[in-house]
Amino acid sequence: MERLPLRLREHVAWGLSGLALFLGLWTFLTVSGVVPRQFLPTPLDVAGRFHELLTTQSAGATLPYHLLSSFKRYAYGVCLAAIVGIPLGLLMGWFRWLDDAVSPVFDGLRFIAPIAWVPFAALWFGTGIGGPIMIIFAGAFPPCLINAYRGARFVEPRLIEAAQMLGTGHRRIILEILLPAATPSIVAGLRVSAGLGWQSLVGAELIVAAAGVGFMMVQAQGIVSTTTVMSGMIAIGLIGMLIDVLLRQGEAWLRRRRGLEA
Amino acid sequence: MIGRRGCIGLGTIAALLALWFVLTTVTGAVSGGRFPSPADFWVSLQQIFTRGYAGERLASHALHSVKLVAMGFIVAVATGVPLGLWMGWSRRAEAAVNPVFLIVRPIPPLAWIPLAILWLGLGDAAKIMVIWFAAFVPSVINAFTGVRNIDRPLLEAALMLGTPRWRMVREVIVPAALPMIFTGLRLSLQASWTTLVAAELVGALVGVGFVLNMAQQDIYPGMILVGMVTVGILGWATTLLLASVESRALAWNTAARD
Repeated sequence: MERLPLRLREHVAWGLSGLALFLGLWTFLTVSGVVPRQFLPTPLDVAGRFHELLTTQSAGATLPYHLLSSFKRYAYGVCLAAIVGIPLGLLMGWFRWLDDAVSPVFDGLRFIAPIAWVPFAALWFGTGIGGPIMIIFAGAFPPCLINAYRGARFVEPRLIEAAQMLGTGHRRIILEILLPAATPSIVAGLRVSAGLGWQSLVGAELIVAAAGVGFMMVQAQGIVSTTTVMSGMIAIGLIGMLIDVLLRQGEAWLRRRRGLEA
Repeated sequence: MIGRRGCIGLGTIAALLALWFVLTTVTGAVSGGRFPSPADFWVSLQQIFTRGYAGERLASHALHSVKLVAMGFIVAVATGVPLGLWMGWSRRAEAAVNPVFLIVRPIPPLAWIPLAILWLGLGDAAKIMVIWFAAFVPSVINAFTGVRNIDRPLLEAALMLGTPRWRMVREVIVPAALPMIFTGLRLSLQASWTTLVAAELVGALVGVGFVLNMAQQDIYPGMILVGMVTVGILGWATTLLLASVESRALAWNTAARD
């Protein structure tokens, strides 16, 4: 029955003991020989391998190089999703007929996991850069569209009425009223998109790619190099976290600038 | 009555189907090697229904996938929700588990696939493990948030009346957190499907993802489409099932009905 926040010292103590228990159990499993070291290396082994991969090649390139080629695909895919999804969402928020026409199709397609597009992506765009981009797009597109749409639909009606009364055209209403008013929602959608896109990237690279972190992990899995697989996981986690932190900062900055609560 | 909205929606879908037919069959603007015609789709569907493809008929592939998703999902919910509830209730539990959670959480569930295969091979166990990881996180987070959002007076009143610990959990905490828990379950279910399809695409011997994988290797667009449609229908059906469970479990809560 502890509903009150802990004191900082206590908080840190519990946190450290949780962490110690996790790492201790992991190390114990390996060192005691319950799990063979080849399948579950110690945390130190993984850290060592991670450091090594920064300069040595695995699956044809060093880890930073793999990350770079992954990130390039990722950036293309997410940008494409934003470029298509945000305007379409805004238009759907303004023109009712477009909303009625697109929504059923979109809702139907949403039940197909983005990763299920892999075979067509490979068939249409190849396994180099085009295929993975399409899968990232499939993952990152829905939040872009939905948030732009919701943002545009829930604009203060008085703003729109005032603009219409003054004879503002469709184009200016969308660009000068809906877009600014929907921006916080759009940015929140972008953050979700960025996360889902990163997730799709990993999936795409595991299945179809000839470079990238996912590819490196699959190759390492083939030769039973658990340390390399785990290093890949850490790298993916770190970059994903970095992207999320940066976008959160951007979102908070934007909200502060708009005078909204952060 | 389906109304204006429904009419336009149905019209669009009809128009897309017509466009599909015209582009692939009438004009041949899209070749059969890139996207299947309706006839190709029908042939593939018949083949997988009657003779089977990738070793099994469609029903066995689908059943196998549903079984794995159900197992992974149930294990994740059975472990994740209690952990979330506990972390919500006890500040110490939260402080102890959070750092580990912070390390594991940024790793996308799909990134566990190679490790799962390395540990457990291409069989069912590896898939259940990955689905478990994928569905675990949303279950924990939402159960946790659900408990933290409970009105304090509600808890205090129950405590003041000397409610025993077990009844406290069963009759106050769980019901109050239930709407949030279900939000988490919906996210978990979605994550389960994505992960399963990915895991089956990477390596499997049966399942809808395996159908997609084989069809990709055989360059068989008709079967790819059959696989995708199956994935969509299964995802939709399980979501519907969860929604009906939710509306039954939350029948007492009017807020959940709107």
